[in-house]
Amino acid sequence: MLYISPIKALSILLTAFFVCLFAVPNFISKSAIDNWPTWARNQVVLGLDLRGGSHLLLEVDDRDVRGQKLQGLQDDVRRVLRDARIQLVSPPVIRGNSVEVRIRDQDYSRGLTILRELSQPLGGGLNTTGARNLDITEGEGGLVRLTVTEPAILERTRQVVDQSVEIIRRRLDETGLVEPSIQRQGNNRILLQVPGVDDPKMILDIVGKPASLSFRMVDSTMSTEQLLAGPRPPESEIVYGTAATGNIPYILEKRVLVTGAELTDAQPGFDQRTGEPVVNFKFNASGARKFAQATIDGAGRLFAIKLDKEVISAPVIREPIIGGSGQISGSFTLESANKLAILLRAGALPANLTPIEQRVVGAGLGLDSIHKGMTASYYGAALVVVFMVVTYGLFGVFASIAVGVNVGMIFGVLSLLNATLTLPGIIGVVLTIGIAVDSNVLIYERIREEVRTGRSVISAIDAGFTRALATILDSNITTFLAAAVLFFIGTGAVRGFAVTLGIGIITTVFTAFTLTRLFVAWWVRWARPQQLAIS
Amino acid sequence: MQFRRVSFSASAFFLIVAICQFLFVELNFGRDFIGGTFIEVRVTSGVADLARMRTELGGLGLGDVQLQQFGTEDAVLIRVPKQPGGDAAQQFAIDNVRVALGNEVEFRLGVMEIIPRVSTEFLAQSTIGLMIAILAILIVSWLRFEWQFGLGAMIANVHNLVLTIGFMSLLQIDFDLSSNAALLTILVYSLNDTLVIYGRIRESLCRYKRMTIPDLLNNSLNSTLSRSITTHVTVTLALLALLLFSGHAIRSFVSTMIFDVVLVGTYTSVFIAAPILIYLGVGSTRASTKETTDKRFFHSQD
Repeated sequence: MLYISPIKALSILLTAFFVCLFAVPNFISKSAIDNWPTWARNQVVLGLDLRGGSHLLLEVDDRDVRGQKLQGLQDDVRRVLRDARIQLVSPPVIRGNSVEVRIRDQDYSRGLTILRELSQPLGGGLNTTGARNLDITEGEGGLVRLTVTEPAILERTRQVVDQSVEIIRRRLDETGLVEPSIQRQGNNRILLQVPGVDDPKMILDIVGKPASLSFRMVDSTMSTEQLLAGPRPPESEIVYGTAATGNIPYILEKRVLVTGAELTDAQPGFDQRTGEPVVNFKFNASGARKFAQATIDGAGRLFAIKLDKEVISAPVIREPIIGGSGQISGSFTLESANKLAILLRAGALPANLTPIEQRVVGAGLGLDSIHKGMTASYYGAALVVVFMVVTYGLFGVFASIAVGVNVGMIFGVLSLLNATLTLPGIIGVVLTIGIAVDSNVLIYERIREEVRTGRSVISAIDAGFTRALATILDSNITTFLAAAVLFFIGTGAVRGFAVTLGIGIITTVFTAFTLTRLFVAWWVRWARPQQLAIS
Repeated sequence: MQFRRVSFSASAFFLIVAICQFLFVELNFGRDFIGGTFIEVRVTSGVADLARMRTELGGLGLGDVQLQQFGTEDAVLIRVPKQPGGDAAQQFAIDNVRVALGNEVEFRLGVMEIIPRVSTEFLAQSTIGLMIAILAILIVSWLRFEWQFGLGAMIANVHNLVLTIGFMSLLQIDFDLSSNAALLTILVYSLNDTLVIYGRIRESLCRYKRMTIPDLLNNSLNSTLSRSITTHVTVTLALLALLLFSGHAIRSFVSTMIFDVVLVGTYTSVFIAAPILIYLGVGSTRASTKETTDKRFFHSQD
């Protein structure tokens, strides 16, 4: 088996060479690479722990999701019962995870049938679990309880996360931050990593607010004092103004005229008369139509612009606004106007996101660990090479070259995959080097043993490679599977480790069994040794 | 193989010590698990006087404020525990720290807030991952070898992990999320070592049919001994370089690795993983399975 055909030899060398070649862009400055074709430009991405930056873990506010879901359900129940003219004992109310409604006896069975139609299978046609969005139970005295199921909440949470990821991406793009990474994590979390920014507060300002904008009429049928004291009509609610405008309470109709979703543009600007900063906006066609109609109907009344939980301004409608554009004023500074414009352009988050973890990695610290790690690796590699050469002579040189090519190939594959290199990832590479050296040691020790049993040089080398193969394959296949399991189960740090380890194992088997063997075969042919130096 | 009585008793003893150590002394949980707000500062005068800074900050009434030197002499990490009273109180506490330290220090970084719940969940998830990985190893080595080898490898692995955690607890090495990677590395490394020896045992089982099992194991260990020594010396050399020259970030990892590779890993492979095969009854069926094993595994054609 020591004869390797020239074609085979060439393909081994070419494979090693080309895979290593993919690692080259990592050593060349970014600007020089920009002129290269795209396929050649792949680089290893450094993880946040190595390059520095902010790391934020955001969690979807569970109460918010539940609240919205229940609110929506309450509205639905009210609507369907009203449309069917069902007589009620008491209107639908939210209690815990349920909406409860009492139906008059004469309409009970009809009402129940209508309410049952609200219960739908989850996940559309692809649903296989049979889970539904609502559990409907009956109680005493015409009581019907509609409970939102946990799978329904979970589904909604996942949707919220997906939408939020998109919106956060848009918001960060608008601010021009470099290469933020935004990922879903688990069912209800979003991992946000922004390299180069060492103040997470700044990022939270941009992503931490839902920025849901709505235009609503101010209810002028009662005075504020009356409303604060007495019972409130069900169609209105009290919303307070911003702290800057003195927390004035407003009574707003629950009916929304137009939402922020119907904006096509928002830009910071200045009011032409007062010169204060404002946000100018434009509605899309349907938004413009709705807004025009509302301003025609409500001329002379107040309407409110509500952002999240506050009214930011409540101007009087002096004349109908038909053109579909307008401006929001409300004690802005130029900066806050600009920020609001960004948030409005990017769209509202579907729910509140709470930051549950903020980490900062100083760019200096990251660079420091890279430099120190590099120095340590050079010394480590030098020691290993010296030791191998002392122990195995020329074969030690072969092994060192093979291990060097191995490392080159690992980085080549990592670049090709645009993988993220983290500190645990580097540890994975170091471990691979250990295993790669071990493969060579196994082969050489086996050859020594075979020589001792009295075989000729060529037959001993041959038997050494073949027999070591079984062992090396076994340990590497097992390790590879362990790496695969870790990759699929682990997150973050563990994943980075698993990726480099997995790639490293494949390249190790390749280099130990093709490259080292090729070198040894060539050497045997060229030197025709009668005795082996390593024994 | 006579040593197995000694080594098994020794291992049992150390395992108990490690478990007690772990239960009573606990690991030195790093910042990922204790949580709080962390502020990284650099002392302008060059060398940090931790004692003085500690008294200054201790007077602020912010609870257990911890100071830790890390990396260089002038770098200090300050931990402010979670304040009752939410974000505003936390911010107030941080501002207090800033004022108290004043011009002595330069704030290198923004403030970092860690909530241990996330790290704990992450640890739980990683532990499950680790267990599934060990189980996968059991199954694969059962398929490639015999079930005794799979079980033996698994026992050796768990033995290793427990001893390593005991060691980390004994030396109070910071246990952080990155320690996970260290444990994984140890798992993989010792697995590799164990399987190399098992490979040789498997081969000997087919080749020397009349040798008693203890002799056969001895023989296999002896013939892989020079490989074990060479490999461990090489890896130790590389690790020593890392220990001496690499930064603070991976030092705890490297010291754990050295402990494991130099002492425990080698010990486990030779003194636990191999002799345990005797108890698991390896080779009891080898006369009858000879034909199939010969075909199933890679073997030289000589």
